[in-house]
Amino acid sequence: MVKVLKPGFYSSIQDFGRFNCQQYGVPYSGVMDRYSAGLANVVLGNASDLAVIEMTMTGVTLQFECNTFICVAGAHMNPKVNDRLVEQNKPIEIHEGDVLSFEKFEKGIRGYLGVLGGFLSKEVLGSRSMYKGITKQNVLLKNDIIEINAKTSFSMNKHSLIKVKDDVFESHFIEVLKGPEFDLLTQEQQEFLTSNIFSVSKNNSRMAYQLEERLENALKPIITSPVLPGTVQLTPSGQLIVLMRDCQTTGGYPRVFQLKESSINILAQKFTGDAIQFRLLEYLK
Amino acid sequence: MKYNLSYKLYGERAVLIEWPQEISENILKDVLSFKLKIEKFNLKQILEVKQSYCSLLVIYDFCVENLKPEISTIKKIYDKKSEAEELSFRQWVVPVCYDDVLGLDLEELSEQKKMSKSEIIQLHSESIYTTYFIGFLPGFLYLGGLNERLNTPRKSTPRLQVEKGAVAIGGNQTGIYPMASPGGWNIIGNTPVSLFDIDKKLPCFVKPGDKIKFKPVSLEEYNGIKALVEAGLYQVESKEVYG
Repeated sequence: MVKVLKPGFYSSIQDFGRFNCQQYGVPYSGVMDRYSAGLANVVLGNASDLAVIEMTMTGVTLQFECNTFICVAGAHMNPKVNDRLVEQNKPIEIHEGDVLSFEKFEKGIRGYLGVLGGFLSKEVLGSRSMYKGITKQNVLLKNDIIEINAKTSFSMNKHSLIKVKDDVFESHFIEVLKGPEFDLLTQEQQEFLTSNIFSVSKNNSRMAYQLEERLENALKPIITSPVLPGTVQLTPSGQLIVLMRDCQTTGGYPRVFQLKESSINILAQKFTGDAIQFRLLEYLK
Repeated sequence: MKYNLSYKLYGERAVLIEWPQEISENILKDVLSFKLKIEKFNLKQILEVKQSYCSLLVIYDFCVENLKPEISTIKKIYDKKSEAEELSFRQWVVPVCYDDVLGLDLEELSEQKKMSKSEIIQLHSESIYTTYFIGFLPGFLYLGGLNERLNTPRKSTPRLQVEKGAVAIGGNQTGIYPMASPGGWNIIGNTPVSLFDIDKKLPCFVKPGDKIKFKPVSLEEYNGIKALVEAGLYQVESKEVYG
């Protein structure tokens, strides 16, 4: 078991999401940055999609009530075990009673904590991902107890070759493919979208990232149609909204881009004021 | 009837199928029957098929290098002259209490429309509504079939909290809030029935294509049904209807 001493600014348990419930209007949810969360798992020999703790902006403080191994990945956040700094992206041995905490985040805004065997909170509709109205709580709270399996060993050597891509925190390029309404845009709008630098507005959350810069727009809303995480919507006022993991299942704004999966991970590490630029890729012929 | 459909790539892992962009029951039936056909075909790699008024989104399990060949596979499924899929739907009777205690905006609506409250209730509960799809919130039904006389613009200032079960009108649509949420629709009543229950095997008992009929109940009946719902003993009245 693990006890939450301090929950941090916004921490939740997430796996890769809740599938096959879109028909009931239930969002996918799941980790915002799949690359980093997957890394925290794979380093421990877990399947990449096991439940991890996703921390936003500040870290959690946890006390472990059994022996296990953990791994911290994602945003650079200076993890400490009992006040001793430990390395990210490497397995860390934990003994009963150890306290894990974090210093300031340096790069990126979402950190991931994996544990051997994954966090074993209650599964709802096939997933442990927290989401308001589906799971009992949508964030971790002080004194929460989370189940884990006590483990004392795992084979380490087969994971020694993992090479960590750190460029997700440096790159400001967001790779996109044309969305279904892209061709309805004027030539000028298309050029504006691909040549301009956009900044992340303060309205950024697990549901969506709104961008600051607007473009001239006369495009009308569409009849409500399916959307996915990574869909870029254009509102009648010319604002761009990039849908993220907790987004609704359908939407009524024109869909101008669809992010590549890898770019959703990059955007998930961006915060208010960060610059991004769309790079339009072609569909294979 | 076969429609002229358009097929578009939607990112790395989905294909969007579009019907003529209009809201109609005939299109809905064709959308649902194509969805069923694709699902029955059991194509490997398909994670799920999402549906709304006049579109289907076929989502693949993982990023497929080139989805173009997948489009021709899906097209063939549509063109296939399989024995017409007999779609079967249910018509659900949803009890609604339109009492002033729950129908917070009924009075205002009545003044605005110069209609008596009972006339509004009559118009709202006599129509049979069609469920087009579920979205916005878990268990929120997109219903078609609101009497034009009941069209009402959304409130200029949305409420921060609309209660679970609130039955409301927004523009030319009517709906039920499946859980407490902020909302700008005009509230005319409340249903004691749960439209979304994560503890049930089928979290939402209504499916796209199903019909909804509202049945006015008194505050006393409302409380009685509510108690039964909470005890897990209430069975929503329904019958089979054919598409």
